[in-house]
Amino acid sequence: MAKLYALFLIVVLSAVADGAVEPYERAAAVRMMSAQSAALDRVARAGSRTPPPVCSDAVFLRRVYLDVLGVLPTGEEAAAFLADKAPEKREALIDRLLARPEFADYWGMKWGDILRVKSEFPVNLWPNAAQAYDAWIRDALRRNMPYSEFARRLLTATGSNFRVPEVNFSRAAGGHDPASLAASAAVVFMGARTANWKPAQRDDLAGFFSSVRFKKTNEWKEEILFIEPGGDVRRSLRLPDGTDVRAGADPRAVLADWLIASPRSPFAANGANRIWFWLFGRGIVHEPDDFRPDNPPTHPALLDFLAKRFAESGYDTKALLRTILNSDSYQATSISALLSDKRPTGTYPTRRVEAEVLVDAINRITGSADEYSSVIPEPFTFIPEGTRAVALPDGSITSTALEIFGRPPRDTGLLCERPARVTTAQRLQLMNSGYILRKLEKSRKLADLARSAKDVRSAADALYLEILSRHPTDDELAVIAAHEPPGKNPARQKFLDVAWALINSPEFLFKH
Amino acid sequence: MNSILSHIPFGANLSRRALFRYSFLTTAAMMLDRRGLLAAAPPAPAARAATAKAVIQIWLWGGPCHIDTFDPKPDAGRDFCGPLNEALATNVDGIRLGKLLPNLAGQADKFSLIRGMTHGNNGHETAAYMVQTGHSSGERIVYPSMGAVVSLFKGYDAGYTGLIPPYIVLTEPQGRFSEAGFLGPRYKPFATGGDPAKPVFAVEGIVAEGISPEHQKMRRKLLGELDSLGRHFSDDPGFMDYKKCGDEAYDMILGEGAEVFRLSNETDALRERYGRNSFGQSCLAARRLVERGAKYITINYKGWDTHKQHFQTMNRKLPELDRGLATLLADLSDHGLLDSTIIWCGGEFGRTPRVQWEAPWNGGRSHYGKVFSTLVAGGGFRGGHVVGASDARGEEVADRPVYPWDLTGSMYELLGINPDATFPRTADASVRLTPEIGGDIKSGGRLAEIM
Repeated sequence: MAKLYALFLIVVLSAVADGAVEPYERAAAVRMMSAQSAALDRVARAGSRTPPPVCSDAVFLRRVYLDVLGVLPTGEEAAAFLADKAPEKREALIDRLLARPEFADYWGMKWGDILRVKSEFPVNLWPNAAQAYDAWIRDALRRNMPYSEFARRLLTATGSNFRVPEVNFSRAAGGHDPASLAASAAVVFMGARTANWKPAQRDDLAGFFSSVRFKKTNEWKEEILFIEPGGDVRRSLRLPDGTDVRAGADPRAVLADWLIASPRSPFAANGANRIWFWLFGRGIVHEPDDFRPDNPPTHPALLDFLAKRFAESGYDTKALLRTILNSDSYQATSISALLSDKRPTGTYPTRRVEAEVLVDAINRITGSADEYSSVIPEPFTFIPEGTRAVALPDGSITSTALEIFGRPPRDTGLLCERPARVTTAQRLQLMNSGYILRKLEKSRKLADLARSAKDVRSAADALYLEILSRHPTDDELAVIAAHEPPGKNPARQKFLDVAWALINSPEFLFKH
Repeated sequence: MNSILSHIPFGANLSRRALFRYSFLTTAAMMLDRRGLLAAAPPAPAARAATAKAVIQIWLWGGPCHIDTFDPKPDAGRDFCGPLNEALATNVDGIRLGKLLPNLAGQADKFSLIRGMTHGNNGHETAAYMVQTGHSSGERIVYPSMGAVVSLFKGYDAGYTGLIPPYIVLTEPQGRFSEAGFLGPRYKPFATGGDPAKPVFAVEGIVAEGISPEHQKMRRKLLGELDSLGRHFSDDPGFMDYKKCGDEAYDMILGEGAEVFRLSNETDALRERYGRNSFGQSCLAARRLVERGAKYITINYKGWDTHKQHFQTMNRKLPELDRGLATLLADLSDHGLLDSTIIWCGGEFGRTPRVQWEAPWNGGRSHYGKVFSTLVAGGGFRGGHVVGASDARGEEVADRPVYPWDLTGSMYELLGINPDATFPRTADASVRLTPEIGGDIKSGGRLAEIM
């Protein structure tokens, strides 16, 4: 798909804003954009007279790494990208990132949140089932399984929770009764909270789950989902759009067919809107899991555009991501002072980096690792050393740092479970905890970086590339030169203080 | 964000059950939390005037054995008592304690013992959830722990202006159930980390060893000067939070926060009396926090899950518990703080009264939710009483059961929080601080006899 529309590259001359902010916005540049992405911008920015400036290469680099992979670029990657003069370098980077294995780790975490992959209370999937489920989800993302197939398999799975991981979708629903199963399917695949529906509508949807049964086996905590045999396959059920259909052997399959294929189904719009939310921190329908008539999209044409493209591509998640990521709408500046436009399509909204991504980034910068384990419930779970927090296979496994920065409890599966605010406890943790200070002081990686730099300037440059993915400005170098910390080894202390300051800066803490 | 409440249409036709099932209140509270709209919530009407201003919860994680501590059964024989086959008389006639608690025996007039605690659950997580939230675990909604509820009604939303967080855990979080449930992360406890028994109590984030106040100030200046991005975002809500929280953090690092945790300001004699171990010094830190106005302090005292090596562990831990808790009671009393501070001490359940002498336990005890004991003191609880009883072997409640919600409800009353009220600003009137009694929810009634 990428190759197909790469043939229709359009050369974009970015709008030149007077007084573009360095080093965060670029003054002018030529870059390549696909026809799809240009079409997205036309829809997103219809009626907007002065589109905002595009972000600088440095901002784009950091942003797209965090949004696609949930990792920071290394210092070398940052230096290479910034030095690259090719006009198509942003598009090429997007393609490279979408092909990297960290993509599945990061998006698997996002899906784990909404599918409630968690061994303990209140989901109680149990450790081995949670891990099997998590592995299945990440494998589907790795293979870019069409979203339609992903949904169908989750919705219609039968078998053992240990052997058919998708079955855990139903086990995580919160109840084994048809109403709970229906509510879970509605919120995940329609963005609908059935509590808002009329009782008759709720009952209609529950009807598609009325043949689902569960049974225990002799294996500890094994549970088998099966379809009650002998149901009347010709009985009539009512779809959410009011159409009556025959139940069939497994009515869930009938519902899945309608969801995926019907033009009246919110499936594509909901799926595309959630992807938009994940990239921008705000849905075109917001909250993305609260689709209802009195919560309309802020940009209906844009949502329609995205949903159509998503469905037409055969529900190819990476193709949709590629279209959005290459657009000016995504690559817009985040600096609000210059703007006359309204979000979500005006600028890239700032928000705090997620707990797991932040902890991983700090470990990457300092060359350290956190240990993760869970001793409740038994059997105990010990996560292999060096596993990144975004790759944790179970929402029950956490750490003090992750809790402080808001790893979601996966109690409800709603997207608002992931807190985005900065708190005093977070600032204390990042500024002054033994957790952070030890990582900085004991970092061999940072020590090597300092040792190999020939002067303060090149040391600062290395730190800036590693932590903020850009070169320092002259003003910043002057500030660093003037900083004279106490201690026996002021040069080393200065280096550590600068690393500390960059890790504590909002430029590090926020996506921007 | 002002439209948050209108954003959540609670249909009038929804049943309470449906609301729970769809976890809507959770959403509501989370969204409210984002902009602190709960802050405007009026306090729930109090059932009685508050006698307690603060709570110290001593959480014996793992489940301490009731018959080795607060409910001794010296006549039950070796299969039940093992080597701990004596009980101590106390300074209150008729109350006896386990033989390893001599200091507490001298303070029995200050506390009361609930010997008919029960919930019947033998799983750590579920039992801990029940005891800490005062709710059964069957609901789809995840309730906040008592500390988070006290933080809601007595913390920042109720005019608390202290720099010290209103809800603090010494030293490590208890896990899921010390937490805020549907109230959201704003009501989570601040966990100190560090070890109060070390020369410097390195409270995570507040007290950093090896960084002088001068160096802290230099770093703060450096951070400000290097913040090239932030200056373009002076009106961005996230960046404004970042700045405000940073100022508060430095007030803690350079001021009151560091001061309250400086246990070296206390006399050596007092520190000895508390015991020079992590638990004892946590008790001392708790008293200092109460003095500074903290509302809910949990001392998370681990190591009570004694499936094996039970009696060896008791010989080691009970003297620590005895010394720390007895000194805390006396010290609070000396400072005139006991009358306004509730202390409750217990775990998520008791342990099997019959000792498991067989392999692989070789003298261990398992989980036991059918009957267990909790100690309460201060804040309006009368001392010198025993509420309820277990049977001759500590296996069943013999008299006056007390369920977790009976206990949390009693404490809410003493704090001037109406336990029968609903959580503020939730659109459905059924989400109560304590569960409605009836059906599966049994009750022995609140602790009127000692209040």
